[in-house]
Amino acid sequence: MRADLNIVAGLVGQNQNVLDLGCGDGTLLETLIERQGCRGLGVERDIDDFHACIARGVPVTHGDLEEELERTAEGSFDCSVLSLTLQAVRHPARVLEGMQRVAARQIVSLPNFGYWKLRKDLVVHGRMPVTPLLPYEWFDTPNIHLCTLADFEALTTQAGMKIDSRILVDADGHRVTGLAARAANLLAPGAVYSLSA
Amino acid sequence: MPEGVGIVETQRVVVFDGDHPLTLDSGAVIKEVEVAYETYGTLNASRDNAVFICHALSGDAHAAGLHEGDDPNRPGWWDNLIGPGRPLDTDRFFVICANVLGGCKGTTGPSSIDPDTCKPYGLRFPQIQVRGLVNVHRALLAKLGIEKLLAAVGGSLGGMQALQWSIDHPGEIDGALIVAASARLSAQNIAFSAVAREAIMRDPDFADGDYYATGKRPDRGLALARMIGHITYLSEESMREKFGRRIQDAEVPRYGFDVDFQVESYLHYQGQSFVERFDANTYLYLGRVMDYFDPFSDPVRTTSQLAKGNTGFLVLSFDSDWRFSTDHARDMANELRIAGAPVTFREISSSHGHDSFLFPTPDYHETVASYMDRLAGQAA
Repeated sequence: MRADLNIVAGLVGQNQNVLDLGCGDGTLLETLIERQGCRGLGVERDIDDFHACIARGVPVTHGDLEEELERTAEGSFDCSVLSLTLQAVRHPARVLEGMQRVAARQIVSLPNFGYWKLRKDLVVHGRMPVTPLLPYEWFDTPNIHLCTLADFEALTTQAGMKIDSRILVDADGHRVTGLAARAANLLAPGAVYSLSA
Repeated sequence: MPEGVGIVETQRVVVFDGDHPLTLDSGAVIKEVEVAYETYGTLNASRDNAVFICHALSGDAHAAGLHEGDDPNRPGWWDNLIGPGRPLDTDRFFVICANVLGGCKGTTGPSSIDPDTCKPYGLRFPQIQVRGLVNVHRALLAKLGIEKLLAAVGGSLGGMQALQWSIDHPGEIDGALIVAASARLSAQNIAFSAVAREAIMRDPDFADGDYYATGKRPDRGLALARMIGHITYLSEESMREKFGRRIQDAEVPRYGFDVDFQVESYLHYQGQSFVERFDANTYLYLGRVMDYFDPFSDPVRTTSQLAKGNTGFLVLSFDSDWRFSTDHARDMANELRIAGAPVTFREISSSHGHDSFLFPTPDYHETVASYMDRLAGQAA
């Protein structure tokens, strides 16, 4: 499993009812269901990933996560997860709001557009950055709402969310330690947040 | 498409009799129940590869293959789904399909002889529910020595049976594949059903359901009911593609009240061919079975029942189906999830309306195959 998903799984915890928005091939939910006593539901738009979820025995709805989130009843889950997907949704603020509505806790992971290497690409080379976490060219990227950690944290405040924990990750999704918290926006390639109301 | 299951035969077995009659929820008793069924593939030694096909309102036990002497282009009604290498792969699964209780294709129904009167039941046949249909399927399985199903699969009324079965008998079904179905008919559905029923019952030849001995049948009413039903099975798009406003056998309109447009001719043909193969009373009974279906009426019971089993659900809908639209499927999926069941859901794009579940749309078959593979892998 991708390293950042391990971190997400750790933050979700045991015996939770989990909604994984943009669940990909279902790896995270499979782990949560089989090893952590959770139950859950994935939402996935990509048809190959949808079938991969079926192959893993992960319950999944085929469709657009924003539409599915709108349809999900208040408090249906304990925990909603959005891993490396916020930057690809049409209405990030509305998605965060929806995640709060359907579950008491939210786990969100995202790439940090404020990471110094990306800033360097822009400042020095004058080109849109292409990195392992953000591997697309500007013209074919699904990532339409990139933000920095500072931007994201400002939005969570605006949405009335509390950051219960923040785990900084490197480009491979492994936890990075030893960074000064205040320097994270410059030095961390990404982060995983655990949030609540 | 690879070769299908080949030549098959419908078999019959008595599953309830005078010593062990069928008692319905209402308390009504049916003394003798015979079931017509077909099987495809081979039951394995551990008896855990059985897949039960539940048919829709006008279906029968002949789901796949050909009967001796049949036109090779007219195989069983779900032949594209059942067979070697097909999504319900008869090289791996033992597939069973039975005509439902109340039917007119070999299983006991209103056209069967009531042993008490030695005359056809007619409207003296008791009112039945989906639950009764399921219990007759289960009695057949008991006769076949099968205690557990790898899957129950059904479209429309068939999906309703798979749903009721998983709720009523936890632990008997590993996976329920529910296609183009509803957990609760809408007012609009019931309205269409009411008009179809009126068409039959107002036919002067209906004779209060005792038309079997009169030499006449309520064919006009039944044909009309089928025409109404058929409109709801197709989509506006599929009708436009198939017929448009074209005139039957002519270039210019004839300006009269007779059949003129192609769509009218088609509906007439559907109605006429239906009366040749279907019983009006069965249409009434099974229509009512659908109208009253409401398996989530007691959510507390549903939750506790589903928790006792471990059934997984695949719920599929079609975007052009306006009889049981995707909203019906989503509501069903949602109610199952609230009850704690694992549910996978997909809306499939197809222009064939409610009838889409009968068509071999690749997206649809791919998802069914994928779900069946998972169930088979789990059981192995």
